[in-house]
Amino acid sequence: MRIFSLAARRLAAALPALLIILAGLFLLLQLAPGDTVDALVAQMGGGDPSMIEQLRKHYALDQSTSVRLGDYLWRLVHLDLGQSAIYGKPVAAVILERLPATLLLMGSSLAIAFAAGMALGVVAARRVNRWPDTLISTLGLVFYATPSFWFGLMGIFVFAIYLGWLPAGGYSSVGAGLQGMAQVLDIAWHLVLPTLTLALIFLAIYLRIMRTSMLEVSNLDFVRTARAKGLTDTKVVTRHILRNALLPMVTLIGLQAGTMLGGSVVVESVFALPGLGRLAYESVVQRDLNTLLGVVFVSALLVIVINFIVDMLYARLDPRITAGR
Amino acid sequence: MRDFLTRYRRNPAAVVGLFLLLGVIGLALTADLFFPRNPLSLAGRPLQWPFTNPNLWLGTDQTGRDIAAQIFHGARVSLVIGLIATVISIAIGVLVGALSGYYGGWLDDALMRVTEAFQILPNFLLLLVLVAVFGSTLPTVIVAIGVVSWPPAARLTRAEFMSLRNREFVEAGRTLGLRDARLIFQEILPNALPPVIVYASVIMSVAILLESALAFLNLSDPNVPSWGNLIGGGRGVLRVQWYVSAIPGVAILCTVLGVSLVGQGVNDALNPRLRHR
Repeated sequence: MRIFSLAARRLAAALPALLIILAGLFLLLQLAPGDTVDALVAQMGGGDPSMIEQLRKHYALDQSTSVRLGDYLWRLVHLDLGQSAIYGKPVAAVILERLPATLLLMGSSLAIAFAAGMALGVVAARRVNRWPDTLISTLGLVFYATPSFWFGLMGIFVFAIYLGWLPAGGYSSVGAGLQGMAQVLDIAWHLVLPTLTLALIFLAIYLRIMRTSMLEVSNLDFVRTARAKGLTDTKVVTRHILRNALLPMVTLIGLQAGTMLGGSVVVESVFALPGLGRLAYESVVQRDLNTLLGVVFVSALLVIVINFIVDMLYARLDPRITAGR
Repeated sequence: MRDFLTRYRRNPAAVVGLFLLLGVIGLALTADLFFPRNPLSLAGRPLQWPFTNPNLWLGTDQTGRDIAAQIFHGARVSLVIGLIATVISIAIGVLVGALSGYYGGWLDDALMRVTEAFQILPNFLLLLVLVAVFGSTLPTVIVAIGVVSWPPAARLTRAEFMSLRNREFVEAGRTLGLRDARLIFQEILPNALPPVIVYASVIMSVAILLESALAFLNLSDPNVPSWGNLIGGGRGVLRVQWYVSAIPGVAILCTVLGVSLVGQGVNDALNPRLRHR
């Protein structure tokens, strides 16, 4: 039961921040030059003043800002994100179409970054201040300092153009009409380079945290006890140190969720993936602010949900959190 | 101070970082000396390979601009953007953190909700929104980068203030009748600042990476020579003339690496006990 009250409290705590985000963004967009109608009219190649007037009325743009803010928030409660000017569809439908690619990209990058970061962090911590540690830590720093789009481009050049091993971009082979397993494999094939590109930066962060956390935990009393019991070194590391050292890594997933979404904007445009990030980019370029706002709203929800899952996971991993209250 | 320098010098990574950073600063300072012409003007035939023309030793990009000139001038832009955006974000962060840590109560609650809001929003997406609304001239891009990256600085300052606000020296000041502003900015702040300053190197590396990503997507100021811009432009000729994108990437890598290594080195030299674990 405790875990449910914790869950409810965490979700309730995210609400004020979400409200601030939405109100803030709405007011911010009031400052933008041109509104939805201007975008629509530009799309149509001009229109007469009476029609523009009518459109303004249709989109309730003639109301006061506070009325429209209330209206906007009320519509969001119903998950009505409005109409996308450039796609001619509801924003929610456009976002739903784009969501799978981004979730797939984020999920697989996270899995790779987490697993490889953990493994490398453990190796570095066990050989601390010797050459494997130096090598791994240096690589981590270099990955961290590399712009992801550059990594992606160089990956495309080496693996897609020079060696010809992997596709240079896209989500699946166009017009291949693949079904079932073949389609899954095709998408996986296309996602190899983007996933690695996005994963490398986070790999650097995970590996650094894992290394520090391993070193910290190995100095604690219960580890000394485990050693004194006569357990083998491997057993102490896997059964006692690793499990406790993983806690900060789990926290990091939540902290990095937003950064990862931001990173996928860049990676998706490098590899021409039809995801949420690319949608954000396209809507900026084409000045479709309604869609942009929708993407930001969904991203904020996504970050809140990921953090919520991480919190729950954390509470299960570390019983002290629920017991302490 | 001497201890600090000795400890810094004994850390090879920090020394490498310092050399990288000095190198980039050197590029920025000598840009006008070596390349007095506008780096965005036509310099020669487009797409000349590096080391083929003695006058254009890093070659030219797809529109015939000198790559070396853009690298030198780009260093200036990257460093300026990094520095100013960092100063802005530290200023906002310190102000928010100081007020909420010092006063606590409802002000703390309110400011922390705002900080959370900024942390929930993916900062690159917020940056896109700001650029979409306010346009992408250099000053707006710099301010926008500063505005999206202050929350960690605010949290750090707040934690410092909370632990310092009831120390004896603050109580003493309060007994003397000092005003809150004086207590915050002249008594507590100098003690709370060191960890924030060290964290500034992280903010600066992220700021440089954010700007380069923005420029790569063609959403930064097109009228300043930016490394990200050059990489984005080289994308179209990646198939054969890969060097157009490759060279500026190395420059970004060196700059960010330099900034983070120096930051880490300073941190280690200031807290010698935390190293050698």
